[in-house]
Amino acid sequence: MSESLVDRRLPPVTELGAAAMAAIAGGVVYEAAYLPKHAPSAAAFVLLAVAAALELASWLLLARVDGFAWWRFRQVFGYGLAAYVVIGGMIEYAFLYDHTHGTQLVLLTLLLTLFILNVPLLMAFTVARYQRDDAVAV
Amino acid sequence: MGVAEVAVAAPAQPARREFQIVPVRGLPLVALVLVGVVVAIARNVEWGLTFCHVVGGAAWTTIDLLLGFVIGPTLRRMPVPARIEFTTRFMPKMLLILPTTVTMTLAAGFQLARHGGLLDTADPHHAWVVASFCVVAVMATVALAYLQPANIAVLFELRKPQPDPRVIEILMRRFLYTAGITGVMQVATFVIMTRLAS
Repeated sequence: MSESLVDRRLPPVTELGAAAMAAIAGGVVYEAAYLPKHAPSAAAFVLLAVAAALELASWLLLARVDGFAWWRFRQVFGYGLAAYVVIGGMIEYAFLYDHTHGTQLVLLTLLLTLFILNVPLLMAFTVARYQRDDAVAV
Repeated sequence: MGVAEVAVAAPAQPARREFQIVPVRGLPLVALVLVGVVVAIARNVEWGLTFCHVVGGAAWTTIDLLLGFVIGPTLRRMPVPARIEFTTRFMPKMLLILPTTVTMTLAAGFQLARHGGLLDTADPHHAWVVASFCVVAVMATVALAYLQPANIAVLFELRKPQPDPRVIEILMRRFLYTAGITGVMQVATFVIMTRLAS
């Protein structure tokens, strides 16, 4: 019987993704707590930069993994992205409907973009890590 | 080692099951609910927004509390084959129901808070609204980073020709513990929402 995929060592993509999610949520809460007024943007920019750096680190670390089931990763990421584009689109619609504009809209849109990319990444990684790269698609 | 001993020592191999990871038949209902939320926001109908927030919130909190405090502990005590039977029937439905009720609750709730002036930093209830944002942020982080991926991954594992019992065990443990955390956070939501309403 082949070795269990549980024992495989992989980069901490889930932990990095969770930290990125916390930074994104922190940025959105900080900005939303001031709506419809404008929040001081420095703290939100810091949280945005932290979230972006963590997400980038996840992608870079994942790209270096040998024997990863990229076919399954792409499949789950694609469907997850489609779903979260709809959810993210609804949130963006609410921001625009509420006349959010300027720096605040840019910040919230960028945080939302990171959110839309982060959730499918976490889903696809968790599924693909337990999949063999030579397995037949089901 | 005798045949009987080998049979006892061998890990239970879960049988492969045929099921849909995302129940496609439920997608039109999800689309209908989301369109309803968009219409309520666009037309600024207070009843519609309240309906979406209260119904979505009731469904979301009930599911989280049941999962965290009733179904989760019950599942932990069940034998693996019974867990698998339950999981393959229950978790695909959760993949549609939870994101839909969460989106419905949060989108409508935010608009209600905005129209009611609760987002104004001068409002006496503003701190409670921000506290509710923080609770949602914690729940979103736990649910989207750990709970939902574990839910999807266990379903993919169960569809394999030879599912790995260790993978299922790890993912289900993760699912059940994180469901417990979101259940606790829902208790905090109750405290905040009742403070806002009183």
